[in-house]
Amino acid sequence: MAYKGHKINPKKFEPGQIKIILLVLPLVILTGLPIIFIIFHAFKPMEELFAFPPKFITTHPTLDNFRKLFKASRTAGIPLSKYVFNSLLITVAVVFSSLIFSTAASYALSKLKFKGRDTMMKINQFALMFVPVAVMIPRYLIVNILGLTNTYWAHILPLIPLPVALFLIKQFVDQVPQSLIEAAYMDGATEIHIYLKVIIPMIKPAIATAAILVFQQVWTNMEASNYYINDEGLKSLAFYMNTLSSGSGNTVAGQGVAAAASLIMFVPNLVLFCILQKNVMNTMAHSGIK
Amino acid sequence: MSKRTKISRREHSNKAGYLFLLPYALLFTVFILTPVIVAIVLSFTNFDTIQFPKFVGFLNYINLITGDEVFMQYVLPNTVIYALIVGVGGYVLAFLMAWALANLPSVPRTIFALILYSPTMTTGVAMTVLWKIMFTGDQTGYFNSWLMDLGVINEPIIWLVSTKYLLPIVIIIGLWSSMGVGFLSIMAGILNTDESLYEAAAIDGVKNRFQEMIYVTIPSMKPQMLFAAVMQIVGAFQNGQIASMLAGNPTPGYAAQLIVNHIEDYGFIRYEMGYAAAVSVALLLIVQVFSKISTKLFGED
Repeated sequence: MAYKGHKINPKKFEPGQIKIILLVLPLVILTGLPIIFIIFHAFKPMEELFAFPPKFITTHPTLDNFRKLFKASRTAGIPLSKYVFNSLLITVAVVFSSLIFSTAASYALSKLKFKGRDTMMKINQFALMFVPVAVMIPRYLIVNILGLTNTYWAHILPLIPLPVALFLIKQFVDQVPQSLIEAAYMDGATEIHIYLKVIIPMIKPAIATAAILVFQQVWTNMEASNYYINDEGLKSLAFYMNTLSSGSGNTVAGQGVAAAASLIMFVPNLVLFCILQKNVMNTMAHSGIK
Repeated sequence: MSKRTKISRREHSNKAGYLFLLPYALLFTVFILTPVIVAIVLSFTNFDTIQFPKFVGFLNYINLITGDEVFMQYVLPNTVIYALIVGVGGYVLAFLMAWALANLPSVPRTIFALILYSPTMTTGVAMTVLWKIMFTGDQTGYFNSWLMDLGVINEPIIWLVSTKYLLPIVIIIGLWSSMGVGFLSIMAGILNTDESLYEAAAIDGVKNRFQEMIYVTIPSMKPQMLFAAVMQIVGAFQNGQIASMLAGNPTPGYAAQLIVNHIEDYGFIRYEMGYAAAVSVALLLIVQVFSKISTKLFGED
C-alpha cells in the first residue's frame, strides 16, 4: 500500500502513537523529576529534610516551610503582600506594553516598506546577541541619568523592549500572506485596521509564546531591585524570594523554605502557560492562513 | 491618481511604518542599544567603575588574545564544549521532541510539552536549591546516596568542587533546561504546517515520516527553525548562571568557567570593566558567526 502521508495534530488516539510516546516518555520523566522533587521538598517536615538516607518522596506533607516564609516577611517590616503587589503591577504593565509595542513594530518591520527598515531589524538582532551582563553598568547609568531610580518606572521601562520577543513575533508576521494585506488595502483598510484585524488574529500563537517569554523575564527579574531601587518597599517578589532562599538555602533546615519560595515563584508561570498553551500549540487552521 | 497606484505607493514607501515602530524603537534605543554602544566603547578603555574611563586603544583585545592564559586554556575550550553539546544537541533534541509531540493528540501533547518546558520556568532560586541538594558532596546528597546504594561508588563524590565532574554536571543541567521558547516556536511551526502539503508530498513519492520531516516540515517552517536556532546559540553562549550558582565564581580550577563567567569575574569581582567589555565584544562576534551560519541554513532566501 502506498504511503498516504500522516496527520499532524491527530484528533484522537491511534495505536501508531504508542511508538512515539515510548520514545518521548523517558526524556519527559527525566525532565519532570527535578520539578517534582522541588514540590516534594517544599512540603517536607523538618525530620524528613534531615532524613538519612535522603528521601525523595514526602510521607508527611506539611505547610511548615510556607509558614516560616510568611513569618520571615512579617519580621522584616515589609509585608509579603507589598512585594506581591509590586511584582503584579510591574509584570502586568510590562507584558501588555511589550506585546503591543512588539507586535506593532513587527508589523512595520515585516509588512510596511520604509527607509531604514532592514537596518532596524539588523540592529535588533545585533543587540539580542550582546551578553546582558556587559550592559548592566551602562544601563544603570542611563536609569540614573533619566532620574528613574527608586520608581516603578525603573522596573518597567527597561524591560519593555525585548529584542527576542520582537524577533519571534516578526518571524510569524513574515508568514502572513501579502495577498491578504493587498486585499484589505483594496477594500480601503488603513494600516491600523490591517494591524488590528488582519495581523493580530493571525499571529496569536506568536503573541501567546511571546507573552510567556516576557512574563518570565519580568517575573524573575532582579536587576532592577538589585541596582536601581534602594527603597525596600519598591522591590520585587523575585528579589525578596531570592534573598530569603540564598540566605537560608545553604542550611538543611533552610532548604525547605527555599523550595517553598521556588514553588511560589514557579506556580504563576505554570498557570500562565496552562492558560496560553491552547494558543501556543493549536494550529492557525481557523485563522485563514493556508 | 487611481486606487491601484495609491496602493502600490503604500507598499513601497509607507510613512505609517515609522509610527508603528516608534514606541518600540524609542525604548529599545534608550535601554538596550545605547548601553550596548557604551559597552563597546568601554572595551577600548581602562575602566575600574570609579574613575573616568581611560582610552587604551586595542590593548584589552591584545591582552585577551595574547596574555589571558585562563581564557585560552580553560574558558574558551569549556565554552566550545558546552556550546556544542547544549547548543547543537539541545537544538536537535528540541526539534525531535517538538516533532514527536506534534504527532500526538492535544491532551498528551500539552502535558508532555508542559513538563519539557517547565525547567525553563524555574530560573534562579530553584537552581541553587534543587541542584545543590541533589549534588551535595557527602553521603546525605541524593546522587551520592543513590550511587552508593547501587554500588557504583564506595565513597561520596564531592561533585561541585571536582574539576572532573563540574563541567559535565553543568552540561547536563544546561541540556535539562534547553527546551525553551525555541522548542515552543518549533512546535507551533510544525502544527501550522499546511496539511495539504503532506498529501501532495505523498503523491510525489515521499515514503515515510523521516522524508516528510526533511522535505515538507522543515522547509515550510524556516522562520521558526531560524528563531529557535538563534535562541539556542545565544542561550548556549550566554548561560553562565548554572556554573556560578553551583560552584561560585571563579569555579574551582576554572573547571566549568564559561565566557560569561569570565566576563562577570572581570567586571564584577575585579572591577576591570574595560576588559570585561572587550570579552563581551569577542563573545558577540562568536555568536554572530554562528547565527550567520544558521541564517544561511534557514534564511528566507
